[in-house]
Amino acid sequence: MNKNIINFVATIVLAALFSLFLPWWSVMTAALVTSLFIPLKKASVFFVPFFGILLFWAVYCFVLSNSNDFTLAKKISQLLTIGGNPYALILVTGIIGGLAAGVTAIFGKQIVIFGRQK
Amino acid sequence: MKYVKLLISFLLTVGIFYALNTKLGSIPPLGKFLNPTSGIWQNETDESITGEVSIPGLTDKVTVHYDELMIPHVFAQNEHDLYKAQGYLTAKHRLWQLEFQTHAAAGRLSELFGEVALEYDRTERRRGMGYGAEQAIAFMEKNDTETFAFVQDYADGVNAYINQLDPKDYPVEYKLLDYEPEAWSPKKTALLLMYMTKMLAGYDDDLEYTNMLRILGKEIFDLLFPDFFDITDPVIPKETDWGFIDVPQTELPGSMAVLDTITETIEKPHPDNGSNNWAVSGAKSETGNPILANDPHLGLNLPSIWFVMQLSTPDHNAFGATIPGALSIISGFNQHIAWGETNATRDVIDWYKIEFNEDRSKYKYDGEWKDVMVRVENILIKGKESYKDSVLYTHHGPVVYDKNFKSDNELTGYAMRWIGHDGGNNQKTFIELNKAKNYTDYVDALQFWNAPAQNFVFASTAGDIALWIQGKFANKWEGQGKFLMDGSNPENDWQSYIPQKFNAHTKNPERGFVSSANQHPVDEDYPFYVFNDGYETYRNRVINTFFNSKDKFSVQDFKDLHNNTLNLKAQELVPYMLDVMNTASLSEEEMKVYNEIKAWDFNNDIDKVGPSIWKLWYSELYGLLWDEFDIEDMELATPYTYQTIYLLKNYGDHEFMDVVATEDDRETAKDLFLIAFKETVKQLKEVEKEDGDYKWGNYKGTYTGHLLQALPAFSRFNIPIGGDRNIVNATSKNHGPSWRMIVEMTSPPSALGIYPGGQSGNPGSRFYDNFIDDWAAGNYHNLDFLQSNQATNSIIGTQTLTPANHE
Repeated sequence: MNKNIINFVATIVLAALFSLFLPWWSVMTAALVTSLFIPLKKASVFFVPFFGILLFWAVYCFVLSNSNDFTLAKKISQLLTIGGNPYALILVTGIIGGLAAGVTAIFGKQIVIFGRQK
Repeated sequence: MKYVKLLISFLLTVGIFYALNTKLGSIPPLGKFLNPTSGIWQNETDESITGEVSIPGLTDKVTVHYDELMIPHVFAQNEHDLYKAQGYLTAKHRLWQLEFQTHAAAGRLSELFGEVALEYDRTERRRGMGYGAEQAIAFMEKNDTETFAFVQDYADGVNAYINQLDPKDYPVEYKLLDYEPEAWSPKKTALLLMYMTKMLAGYDDDLEYTNMLRILGKEIFDLLFPDFFDITDPVIPKETDWGFIDVPQTELPGSMAVLDTITETIEKPHPDNGSNNWAVSGAKSETGNPILANDPHLGLNLPSIWFVMQLSTPDHNAFGATIPGALSIISGFNQHIAWGETNATRDVIDWYKIEFNEDRSKYKYDGEWKDVMVRVENILIKGKESYKDSVLYTHHGPVVYDKNFKSDNELTGYAMRWIGHDGGNNQKTFIELNKAKNYTDYVDALQFWNAPAQNFVFASTAGDIALWIQGKFANKWEGQGKFLMDGSNPENDWQSYIPQKFNAHTKNPERGFVSSANQHPVDEDYPFYVFNDGYETYRNRVINTFFNSKDKFSVQDFKDLHNNTLNLKAQELVPYMLDVMNTASLSEEEMKVYNEIKAWDFNNDIDKVGPSIWKLWYSELYGLLWDEFDIEDMELATPYTYQTIYLLKNYGDHEFMDVVATEDDRETAKDLFLIAFKETVKQLKEVEKEDGDYKWGNYKGTYTGHLLQALPAFSRFNIPIGGDRNIVNATSKNHGPSWRMIVEMTSPPSALGIYPGGQSGNPGSRFYDNFIDDWAAGNYHNLDFLQSNQATNSIIGTQTLTPANHE
């Protein structure tokens, strides 16, 4: 449980840090690093970084968009045919980031297992 | 097993990376596009309008005051800094549009959209857009290094902005299409000017007329397409004395049109591209100050074609609408004068049939073989190998149509002679107009203007009003360039040009006003050949009738006229149709519609049904009348509205009235009115079923579409505004007054302006489309003409541009 929280927080912090000099896949890099150094078990391998990044991106999106009355978010939500609802777009954004992070974490976990079993 | 798991999870990771980092079809790369740190969420912001920005190459500080409309008021210490700042600020607010328009001009859309845009790109290349831009640059480099230096300054300014950007700062459209801005260059400014030239002077029907002449013979052709209609209310008043012109029209050589069959022609600019402008003298103005107005009718797009700025140095102070990519104010005013443009619609494109030798390396001219020049157009295509198109050039111009493009004749082709290819110094005209102090300066500025030919309206605080039709016009022989000509006969070449001082113009005419609305420039008395290449016949008469209706006019009258929705063509035909049409067979439902249009006051207002009935009725009628010319595999032209209505009223029994599909019957105009009317009612009922009613506002459904094929999310639909084409308020579905300006020549001038868009190019900004509602309602903004570099109450932010190398 404890490890889950550490991984969760570390993933967010690293993602924020990496995003300063890496493109969008900074979240994948962050998830890879935490999955290697703070390995988790079972479903947590995927879900902890998934929710970590989902939360990070969604909150960040909300802060940016809220200060501008969600003007662009509404339009992009319409553009991507998800109904013109800015919150739906925020959720979709979060899920996309979370998926990328979660899948990468699974890969990281396999590296760890592979290394141990060698 | 562990290998498999490792491999699968690795592939999954790579897969998700690829899927989120790649543009798939029309779906943007979602990871790149949506992530909050560099994706579109970074565009969820207004523009920065305070602080200091350092810009390389500036010689002095430039102050930029932003008012609450987000109009930048620029105070520079010299012209070089001014145009650097203009480039910088235009890029800051409109970068994507700025670049996209020149990509479109150059025929480079395949780079962004792939093979679907190839046909478009080839057309633009074969039209010689890049060639023309290069000619313009070469001309400037050789003849006017001062203007060229300003164009370079503008480029430096744009590039200063681009170089400051991180990928996260790129406009939304770059993220959507997944590409990056490239450096700006003087050639792009030349391309933008070519784009305007194409849009405004790129329309011609020579090849269609050639087909028509072949089918119809000269007599009928002249009946359908007369050089002058039975009424003319020209730009330059009829009573003008042309006695000062001492150069004769080119003599008629007796050469004949080449009656080829042309199956397909290139896409033409929108036929409604046009404008209104007018000015009244002090004597005709309620306040004693001349008043001037301009409203260019163009496609209604977002971001808007116009960007409003105040541009000043210690020596001059100009304000008005700019076009992203071009320097200085295009339609506006300074402390002394005001000016605006409408399209002069003159025929500046002619076509020549070219005969090649066997390997197409030479073409026949004057009994000899002349060398062909080959220009290879290399068109880059997204996701594909590039396409190379060899375009053959003759002394006439590019051979647009040949065996490789819309034609299957091995050894012949059609070459285009277009004034737009001649190079020139159009940019200088605007730079000089921005500084002009009086009528003489205005006339001096105009002499540099070649194309597109424009009606330049003028008013000054000194009390003068004027209008010059300026362009570089060939002195043609009677009938030259109406049809395809034999390119091997030197008599068919343009022999000379009308000397600039003999271009039609009027200064302080007795009637106390000047006006233009794309109508005939002059009447038959003008000593040079001018034929009807699509002149307007309605807006001009409404405008001139208005100014003849009373003695004095106010700014409010000008506003009313901009928003005038009188449908003169309906007024000239509907009463006749209602009068002669046989109503005996009308059903109850049809009678209801009949009475509705009978009660109409001929104003195209949004809450009326008359305009919708008229629009459908006339379009049905037009189709029935000219059904003869709907022939497959042949490009034909149909007569203009004015002549169509004239024929319906005066030649009601002519064989054209007969409907081809009904073999046994022989219809007359009266019958057509009825058939078209019944069809109209049927269609209106369907509209009513779908939309609830057929009031004009809903039926027309005016919209401003984003430049990316009116991407719905970035466009505005169902804008409640009246008007239509051929009406002074020329707002049709997606076309209309793209900028409205009224300037009263007080000292300094006081001005109103508005356009259907907003100053920001960012769909995430509240300044993206904030003018649209006021524009639709017929309101205006006061243009705050700052007289000194002092922020006033209406200034919401001040940004200082400082020289980067002086720190």
